[in-house]
Amino acid sequence: MLSIKDLHAEVEGKNILKGLNLGIREGEVHAIMGPNGSGKSTLGHVLSGRPGYEITQGSVEFLGKDLMELDTEERAQLGLFLAFQYPVEIPGVSNMEFLKASVDAVRESQGASAYDTVGFMRRAREACTAVDLDQAFLKRGVNEGFSGGEKKRNELMQMMLLEPRLCILDETDSGLDIDALQVVASCVNAMRSDSRSFLLVTHYQRLLGYIEPDFVHVLADGRIIKSGDKSLALELEAKGYSWLNDGEVA
Amino acid sequence: MADLLTPQLNAESSAPDWLQARRLAGRAVWESSELPTRKTESWKYTSLFALQRPFMAATESAESAEELGFELPQLAGSRLVFVNGFWREDLSDIVPDEAIELVRFSEADQTQAALIAQHLGSVVPGNKHPFSALNDAVLADGVFLRIQKGSKAACPVQLVWHNSQQVDTAINSQRLLVLAEQHSEATVVEHFSGQGHSFTNGLSELILAAGATLNHSRLHLESAEALHIGGLHAALDRDATLNSFHVAFGGKLKRVDIVINHQGRGAHCQLDGMYLLRGQEHADYHTCIEHAVPHCTTDETFRGIVGDKASAVFNGRIHIHPDAQKTRAELSNKNLLTSATAEVNTKPELEIYADDVQCAHGATVAQLDESMLHYLRTRGIPADEALVLLSYGFINALVEKQRLESLRDFLKPLLADYFGAALAVDSDDAAG
Repeated sequence: MLSIKDLHAEVEGKNILKGLNLGIREGEVHAIMGPNGSGKSTLGHVLSGRPGYEITQGSVEFLGKDLMELDTEERAQLGLFLAFQYPVEIPGVSNMEFLKASVDAVRESQGASAYDTVGFMRRAREACTAVDLDQAFLKRGVNEGFSGGEKKRNELMQMMLLEPRLCILDETDSGLDIDALQVVASCVNAMRSDSRSFLLVTHYQRLLGYIEPDFVHVLADGRIIKSGDKSLALELEAKGYSWLNDGEVA
Repeated sequence: MADLLTPQLNAESSAPDWLQARRLAGRAVWESSELPTRKTESWKYTSLFALQRPFMAATESAESAEELGFELPQLAGSRLVFVNGFWREDLSDIVPDEAIELVRFSEADQTQAALIAQHLGSVVPGNKHPFSALNDAVLADGVFLRIQKGSKAACPVQLVWHNSQQVDTAINSQRLLVLAEQHSEATVVEHFSGQGHSFTNGLSELILAAGATLNHSRLHLESAEALHIGGLHAALDRDATLNSFHVAFGGKLKRVDIVINHQGRGAHCQLDGMYLLRGQEHADYHTCIEHAVPHCTTDETFRGIVGDKASAVFNGRIHIHPDAQKTRAELSNKNLLTSATAEVNTKPELEIYADDVQCAHGATVAQLDESMLHYLRTRGIPADEALVLLSYGFINALVEKQRLESLRDFLKPLLADYFGAALAVDSDDAAG
């Protein structure tokens, strides 16, 4: 589904990703862990096509297409979803207006008919309930005045409604209390399927106690320096990242 | 400059003495006034050229609401409708409310006439604005709204001035006097609409006694060819609160002067405005907040979207007098230009003569936020649609601030229409 080869990327002239390789097949859940500044968030932004994130070398293929040749919205329409670590606030555009515009655009690009308004609103309310957000949040401006946790839930609600093929969760777990963490986990677990994959970018092992990954990768200094199964996450938790750095760099 | 007075004098009707005296005084000032030119600082970016042609006296219309093409917000309270400056009883609706007195000047009883005579013109600075003098000179049937001391009006009061196509180049004048007595509360919506090239010279005065709260909106929904010179003058006594919201669509020449006088300690004003211009439309908002006394606050936000060859002017003056310590005033004007030929001239003017004040201002001609645009695109929304959605949000954020739900519901489709976007969901139903 996703094949990243020798990816180099820079932000404001600074090299952040330095030859990253990663392959994700359909139905797999991958976790990327790593210390601060290792390039974890950059990876998500590069894949989403964020302005200012330049790819200098390497290739990314997503569902058989050269991702780098696609505009941001085309990537989303193809089924790539990034749950932001810090979602922006958009005052004046209600969450409902935004969600409808988004789902309509994605469905239209896929040749599916748009949901009628009533049907869509029902789905949106259901998604709201699933992420444990009050339905009043549908009326409010997108993320406007939402707490950190509410913003994360809002990201998950969008993910549920858009039904993407690849979901990248950029530190969705950071700053969440245990209840919110369980909401994230149950949402992801409910969406797991043979045709949908996940890339969980996280700093802590904590989330992986609720979502069992198929693979765990360690990102350090812009490259994946170690990969393994879920036990790698536990090992990292016990020994810290310095254990790997010492081992690899030495 | 064509004489704007003559056609209206011809249409004059009989009037009580107090009104006649005001007319004569206004006429004297008008006849001795020089009209502003672009060399006049406050008219630098707004030309009165469009007024240089003959206008006709407005005539009464008997057209039905359908023929007039009325689209009014459904506000549930009293509604007074004037077409071509003439009151239309058949289109108006008076809902009895003990908290208010709502009469036309021509129908005022003795007490009301005395109050009108006492207050009318009391907050409009004498010779500063010749169009106020012109308004006085032809004053016929204004509207007087009195909100009784300590009372709260049950429903909003809606005042509609509509120009019909019947006389394409008519000249009209509009007048409103609101007297909100001590600790009273009411909501008033002024609505200007119509077809054709008519010229409206409007003047509204709001007097808020101590502790009064007035929620006021002034909607300019006139045709793209309409001409309008308008003034809004308000005086706020101690602890009074004025929430005033201004909307402008359309108009070949639109100039609105808003002057808010904080005259009693603790007065507060929230002044919001939005203009959405396209084609060759022109709107000019000149606002002036006079902080004459201490402990008053002002929150002023104007936003505009200007496209095609349209132009906008915003001049926001905040004048803090030497005695006005502990003033807090914030002024913001943001504009989006959607074409290379559109033009905005924005200028904040802070004059501060007190030393213990908090004052902030910002005036920008801005681009849409890059990170917001990216966020929408990551959700599959194409860039051009995302720009429309963000422009809509930029303006709608002001609409959402307004307290009157029925007004928000009325404005939303107008916004959607302006942006040419099918905003699919009525968000007020979203949580239903």
